[in-house]
Amino acid sequence: MKNQPRIFVYPDRCLGCHSCELACALAHSKTKSLAAAIYEKPKPQRRLFVETGHEFRTPIHCRQCEDPPCVRACPSGALFVDPSTLLVHYREQRCISCFMCAMACPFGVIRSDTENRFIVKCDYCPELDTPACVTACPSRALRFETEAEYERGRRQLVSRLYWDQ
Amino acid sequence: MLKREELQKRTITEDGQLMLRKADRDQVETVWDRYEAQQPHCGFCELGLSCRNCIMGPCRIDPFGEGPQQGVCGADTDIIVARNFGRMIAAGAAAHSDHGRDLVEVLRQVGEGKAPGYEIRSEEKLRLLATEFGVRVDGRDAQEIAVDLANEFEEEFGTRKKGLTMAFRAPEKRRALWEKLKIMPRGIDRETSEMMHRTHMGVDNDWQSILLHGLRNALSDGWGGSMIATEVSDILFGIPQPVQSQVNMGVLKEDQVNIVLHGHNPIVSEMIVQAAQDDDIVSLARTNGCKGINLAGLCCTGNEVLMRRGIPIAGNHLMTELALITGAVEMMLVDYQCIMPALGSVAACYHTKMISTSDKAQFPKMEHHEFTPGNARELARKLVKEAVENFKRRIPGKMNIPVEPVNMMSGFSIEAILSALGGTPQPLIDAITGGKIRGAVGVVGCNNPRIRHDYGHVTLTKELISKDILVVDTGCAAIAHAKAGLKVPEAAKEAGPGLQEVCGALGIPPVLHMGSCVDNVRILVLAAALANALDKDISDLPMAASAPEWYSEKAVSIACYAVASGITTVLGPAPPILGSKNVVKLATEGLEKAVGATFAVEPDPEKAAALINSHIEKKRAGLGLDSRSD
Repeated sequence: MKNQPRIFVYPDRCLGCHSCELACALAHSKTKSLAAAIYEKPKPQRRLFVETGHEFRTPIHCRQCEDPPCVRACPSGALFVDPSTLLVHYREQRCISCFMCAMACPFGVIRSDTENRFIVKCDYCPELDTPACVTACPSRALRFETEAEYERGRRQLVSRLYWDQ
Repeated sequence: MLKREELQKRTITEDGQLMLRKADRDQVETVWDRYEAQQPHCGFCELGLSCRNCIMGPCRIDPFGEGPQQGVCGADTDIIVARNFGRMIAAGAAAHSDHGRDLVEVLRQVGEGKAPGYEIRSEEKLRLLATEFGVRVDGRDAQEIAVDLANEFEEEFGTRKKGLTMAFRAPEKRRALWEKLKIMPRGIDRETSEMMHRTHMGVDNDWQSILLHGLRNALSDGWGGSMIATEVSDILFGIPQPVQSQVNMGVLKEDQVNIVLHGHNPIVSEMIVQAAQDDDIVSLARTNGCKGINLAGLCCTGNEVLMRRGIPIAGNHLMTELALITGAVEMMLVDYQCIMPALGSVAACYHTKMISTSDKAQFPKMEHHEFTPGNARELARKLVKEAVENFKRRIPGKMNIPVEPVNMMSGFSIEAILSALGGTPQPLIDAITGGKIRGAVGVVGCNNPRIRHDYGHVTLTKELISKDILVVDTGCAAIAHAKAGLKVPEAAKEAGPGLQEVCGALGIPPVLHMGSCVDNVRILVLAAALANALDKDISDLPMAASAPEWYSEKAVSIACYAVASGITTVLGPAPPILGSKNVVKLATEGLEKAVGATFAVEPDPEKAAALINSHIEKKRAGLGLDSRSD
């Protein structure tokens, strides 16, 4: 499971173009066609958000925590960690709409569904090989890679810094 | 290495597939590779929902309704989409019209005797136009008339008119409608300039008003800039007459110096054609070990010299890099428009010399030689000599001319069509009213790597002619049809029985080549003449237009002037307006009431053919002619 890729964010590469948000909503639409999806009812909803921080703009989405506060806070078992994928899954049938998960999430990425009183969260686009937000990012600020790949990339960056000095 | 299926997905043409394979082997990047690298395209921009007109922004509207619904200035979806589309029209109209202006400058200098090598090839057309523009012709020589006519044309570009002179070629009903809608074009530059003004922050913020002006801006191109470009080209270089030629990469010759002419304006290429026939240069070629000098065209410069001189044409827009990849091109000369800035880098992999020729169009990795009417003849000679010298630098191991050329017929100007018909449009009208020909469709426009290369054009056109619909074509579409073998009289066997009979009787192909993309105005003038002969408006005629593979801003302007002139137009790729429901509704429905024609979007050419067919049958019924329903 450690070898499974997850979404990593490189905030210094984010241009704030919101393409990931658009792609996310599209991936969660019925028609999967941009021209048609924008006229769907209910409107497709995005699961990630580009926020402007102190100096950076950066996409923020569910980190799929290993010990997720949302799961711990959920009294009805609507949120749970799938042992095979280690992703935090959501079952609407079990949800009692108490919003404990939303309050517990440190990242603010469990959002209310605009159509009903339930919630919406990132599911890593199970139908796609790579989550739609990652594919859509034109500047590679979002990447779908294993932890090992991410860490190695960081180390290589640092080693290059040493050489430059 | 690219798989066979990948190659077939990119283009239907054999020469295209073979050259793409060579590109892959030679490790040369092409437009398809760059297209893939750009995926996915920005959704905001595709929908027309991003605005860069000022730096309170840039702004985007969230089409899913969660994010902002207004730009910083307060412009909503409709305003932003309309402003963006308006600016596309302005850019397209500017391109065609500036092309026209360059020709007017040559006409003036020919009149003043300052353009050696150029001449008035059609004095008949010069005198006709002079009369149309109120220039005195009696007892005056061509040069004097040319100067006065050039003056009149220049006036058309300005702001001192109430209406463009050539707009009066449109049927009276159409002009009355333009007056009523207040979209009669007043000056060519004026409408483009006003569009840039209106779409500045804080000017026109009624989306309908912006779009109406968009139609006026496009009309200033169709009945102004482009029309001047075509007419002056005919005066200077001759009215096209039916001519036999050949098409595809096979027109390049292994044992000759290959010079390729690419771009849009015939001013430079006509001089190259002359220079390549000069005896001293031809014998220089022979002494350099080659059999002669072979000229080949690409894109619309290719169409211009094909229509008038029968110069063979190597390919259309998406084939421009592939022509260089043959390794057989000694020199490519470009003027302007649709010339990919990547060409210089592609040429650098071979021995090809790349020459840019216009002060307003310079490119990386090209040698710049500025042509003026004064120096063109001499500069053309110098460059053709350089091309000849370059023959010995050709690398035989890198050369591959992939296929045998296909025969084609070109040169169907209105004058040529009328003379094929025996001097009057009546036989054509009879064929249409009698139902042998159901109607006519202009299949025009570009190539676009979004669409499988040439598939849209060829599929649509084959479907249309099989339904007895006559196809007239221009631009890259025309080259696609020619490559597919549809521009020979024998292609009539692919047409329905009625069209087949008419083509057989006249000895013409079922798909008539009317020229380059500015020459779309020939279709307008023909439509106006038919409408006038029937005492109807253009929108009453059983005709339509289609741009199955369009990509450029010029195509947007063309589509808009076609619709504003009453010709319903079916686009392959959708223009960036889908973000606004209101704009889409106006374009696809509302315009019917206003101008009697609409836009439609249909990327599947078979479905587009069905759409066009039912439109034509509906128009036939409207005229009281027999109408098929299927």
